[in-house]
Amino acid sequence: MSAHYGFPRGRTAIVGAATFGIGRCPGVSAIDMAAKATLLALADAGIALSEVDALYTSAPYEALGGMELAEYLGVTPKVTDCNRTGGSAFEVYVQQAALALEVGLIDCALIAYGSNPASNPPPGVGMTRQSPWEAPYRPLAPISSYALAASRHMHLYGTTREQLAEVAVAARQWAQLNPEAAVREALTVEDVLNARMVSDPLTVRDCCLFNDGAAAVVMVRADRAKDCAKAPVHVLGAAHAVTHREISSMPDLTVTGAAISGPQAFAQAGVGPGDIDVVMLYDAFTITPILFFEDLGFCPKGEGGRFISGGHIAPGGGLALNTNGGGLSCVHPGMYGLFLLVEAVRQLRGEAGERQVRDAQLALAHGNGGVLSSEATVILSRA
Amino acid sequence: MIQRSRSTGGHVFYPRVAHPGTGADDLEWVEASGKGTVHAVTVVRKKDPADSYNVVLVDLAEGPRLMSRVDAIAVDEVKIGMAVRARIIDEGHKPLLVFVPA
Repeated sequence: MSAHYGFPRGRTAIVGAATFGIGRCPGVSAIDMAAKATLLALADAGIALSEVDALYTSAPYEALGGMELAEYLGVTPKVTDCNRTGGSAFEVYVQQAALALEVGLIDCALIAYGSNPASNPPPGVGMTRQSPWEAPYRPLAPISSYALAASRHMHLYGTTREQLAEVAVAARQWAQLNPEAAVREALTVEDVLNARMVSDPLTVRDCCLFNDGAAAVVMVRADRAKDCAKAPVHVLGAAHAVTHREISSMPDLTVTGAAISGPQAFAQAGVGPGDIDVVMLYDAFTITPILFFEDLGFCPKGEGGRFISGGHIAPGGGLALNTNGGGLSCVHPGMYGLFLLVEAVRQLRGEAGERQVRDAQLALAHGNGGVLSSEATVILSRA
Repeated sequence: MIQRSRSTGGHVFYPRVAHPGTGADDLEWVEASGKGTVHAVTVVRKKDPADSYNVVLVDLAEGPRLMSRVDAIAVDEVKIGMAVRARIIDEGHKPLLVFVPA
């Protein structure tokens, strides 16, 4: 066993990746979608369902969803996890699966998710409750929490609504190159600024989609990965940090846990921000990529708005961000983290069609959960 | 009233059984000054602008930060850095902590 800053660098790989039902997926249940994505990812890898001996999922409406998916698929996992770090759960699963694979506890990990809240609205009572210390003030969950963080960033660093809007516009331009993206109509900065204000400074176009989608990835050790159907995508680093649950308890509204998970993942991988060819950052709202670019070290604290401006993150810009169109324009069925990983894999394999980043060697996928509460960074490599 | 740890001197909000970070379980209730500063602000927009309302995070003079609302001011006029003081009102037949401009 060889660990590097707490991670078995390059010793595991993603060998299968798939999405299913992005946009609208009526007439089926969420678990049907997770199972469809699973079968596609296993076929992509050339691995049989019977080889799966670890199952990681975050069922959208069922607290005991790990056991439910094991039963549905007819597998008997040695490790089953249904973690509750929101949209970041899937990046955390990559970390946990890599560790379990490395020590030989498991041989084949499946990470799967499906959700269709747009076509099959969930029951009224969710699995989370609003904080009794916040609920009386009627913040919109979770939008107002991100709006509060954005207000602070604008106050301290002069970040503008136009810069926030540019994040949405760049995402839309990438979506226009992705046939799978749910929303592909043209979008301008003016459109975003003039859209209905929801919770200042965020308009409805600063907010991610709420649609359907499923995804799955399959992970094995690097030695097994050589025999799979496609070239493996190696996991170089994966790190996680939780700083709070509710926005009122966030230690610093402009510094996320990515400032912890990012440097650790880069140290594990032995690379830096300047080496990354494809950046996949959880864009629940337009403020989040700005915060994550800063916290992950792509630019200094406070410079995120200026860093992304001028088309820098759009197609043809200096740095490819969220090439699938992101949560803002491709898919966001409640928890988006797994879609970040699938797109990173597609880019590193050269499967991204019109939106392909030329000669992509290294990708970073950063998941976010709660209200900037849980941050998890994964670094992937083609070689 | 607000909780304070006897050993660390740190104030705690929301109330709990121990001081977060240190685990000190010697919390006592002390008088709060009621003074605070707006740390962050958003306005939740409704179809009828008259129904829109602000949601703020306030830094208490004692240190802790909490969510609240600033009353007695137009919703758009609440600014980060504004000095505010606490007021307990009755809302929905329950006491509610809000703030007003200091």
